[in-house]
Amino acid sequence: MTAISHRRPRGKAAFGGLAPTALLLIGAIYCLFPVFWVLIAATKSPAELFSTGTLAFGTGFLDNVTQLFAYRDGVFWLWAANTLIYAGGGALLSTAVSAVSGYALAKYRFPGRNLIFNLLIGGILVPAVVLAIPQYLLFSKIGLADSYWAVLLPQILHPYSIYLARIYAAAAIPDSLLEAGRIDGATEWRLMSRVAMPLMVPGMVTIFLFQFVAIWNNFLLPFIMLGDDGKFPLTVGLFTLLQSGANQPSLYNLILTGAFLSLVPLIALFLTMQRYWRTDLSSGAVK
Amino acid sequence: MKRSAPYLFLTPAIVLFTLFLAVPIGYTVYLAMLRTKVSGLGLGKGSRREVFVGFDNFAAAIADAELWNGWLRVLGYGTLVLVVMLGLALLFALLLDSARVRLARFSRIAIFLPYAVPGVAATLLWGFLYLPSLSPIREILDIDFLGASTVTYSMANVAVWGGVGFNMLVLYTTLRAIPRDLYEAARLDGASEFQIAIRVKIPILVPAIILTTVFSIIATIQVFTEPTTLRPLTNTISSTWSPLMKVYRDAFVTGDLYSAAATSIVIAGISLVLSFGFLRVVRNRAFGEG
Repeated sequence: MTAISHRRPRGKAAFGGLAPTALLLIGAIYCLFPVFWVLIAATKSPAELFSTGTLAFGTGFLDNVTQLFAYRDGVFWLWAANTLIYAGGGALLSTAVSAVSGYALAKYRFPGRNLIFNLLIGGILVPAVVLAIPQYLLFSKIGLADSYWAVLLPQILHPYSIYLARIYAAAAIPDSLLEAGRIDGATEWRLMSRVAMPLMVPGMVTIFLFQFVAIWNNFLLPFIMLGDDGKFPLTVGLFTLLQSGANQPSLYNLILTGAFLSLVPLIALFLTMQRYWRTDLSSGAVK
Repeated sequence: MKRSAPYLFLTPAIVLFTLFLAVPIGYTVYLAMLRTKVSGLGLGKGSRREVFVGFDNFAAAIADAELWNGWLRVLGYGTLVLVVMLGLALLFALLLDSARVRLARFSRIAIFLPYAVPGVAATLLWGFLYLPSLSPIREILDIDFLGASTVTYSMANVAVWGGVGFNMLVLYTTLRAIPRDLYEAARLDGASEFQIAIRVKIPILVPAIILTTVFSIIATIQVFTEPTTLRPLTNTISSTWSPLMKVYRDAFVTGDLYSAAATSIVIAGISLVLSFGFLRVVRNRAFGEG
């Protein structure tokens, strides 16, 4: 399962690799360029934004940040904190539910197992829009629309994560260990919490990361659910900022700085957790 | 072993499934079969009531020219995104996996990086890069990226940029899981790296490519974030540019929930048909199964 961190064998041909390397580097530049550009743009004062060269750093970064944080009494902070609550809380709950479900599906034989698994997995194919509108209406009926719960709760169940957890549990938890535990008189609950879950931690980190990013990036659900901009996550907040600023170039520097700042935490997480990005999803093999 | 244990462990998932999947789907189907009937002048209590209309809303959704125009736009956009994104993902995965390439680690991280960028932020970045007054690209290429004839390509570019890395990683991880001695054998038989890629690696990748394609089909049919975010920057994107945007407008701007429900079920149906249709076609071609 350390597929990504494999050391590649050093080929002898140093020159034969020029064209492939060049192609990959073009791909890398294409992917990095917009991020690099927004970093530059975020350093420019409103005047510099239109007057200086598009790839020259400006002098206004601190001013932009101060202005952004002051914008409408610091609503940007609120958006950032909300995003952290939605993504962090949602991903934690989602990982817990997925791990326990995956464990049950992988390690027990019981009537209805396939039916339950197929039903849960079938959820992958249901388009988000079919869910978002009725979810909103149902939440409004019980008075929970425009609340944190409305964004948090629907994102806990994640069929794909259950699928991953099942594969991971099947590979990472030896049956013999569970049998030994049972002979020693451990309860099923104890076996799950003390034996199975610790073994599943590496798989759970992967699931957590994917869920965290998915919820952080989600736009449709909070956009539909929330009306009060104090509860917005960054994605919806940035969208409203863009909407109000589209025809006001004076707001451009705030929008660009906001976009840049919203990227920083995710990119940092992304780079530090590099080795945990595993997508053996397709091969179905978690080793 | 207690018989009830697995059921207890599955309870949270089943409860969540029922509350946030099964009930909303049922409710959508129910809503899609209703319509508001206005009696009298539509004033006062009781003059508006919900009546059951069966499949009328579906018929209306299918007959709606505006929706079909949306479908056509998304079809063009989706085909473009699928071909370019998955083609590039495959190319990069194969290049990364070949033994001869330098700076592979850097390239892999760089190409995967946009995955961490939310669709809203990605569209915002590219949107500003497309703006004539700010764009470094416009200094080199004199193209109006937000014009009526180009905006689809510009939007497809955002989706390709955001999605190529994830798909590349799925394919690349699959490749890394293949035992290396398979390639050694091919090399001993005199196969070049290129031949190995075409004859050995791609056939092994077929299931992973199918999976990424199906997920990409489902995602592109539901495109919403990119056109919605780009709208404030140009007047070439209508509020019903994609089917999903029409659903949103019907439900929350014009307030016609019943049409929105029917349309969203039609969208779900079409994406299921396309995904399964695609699966059938490739299965017949790739595995020779009926």
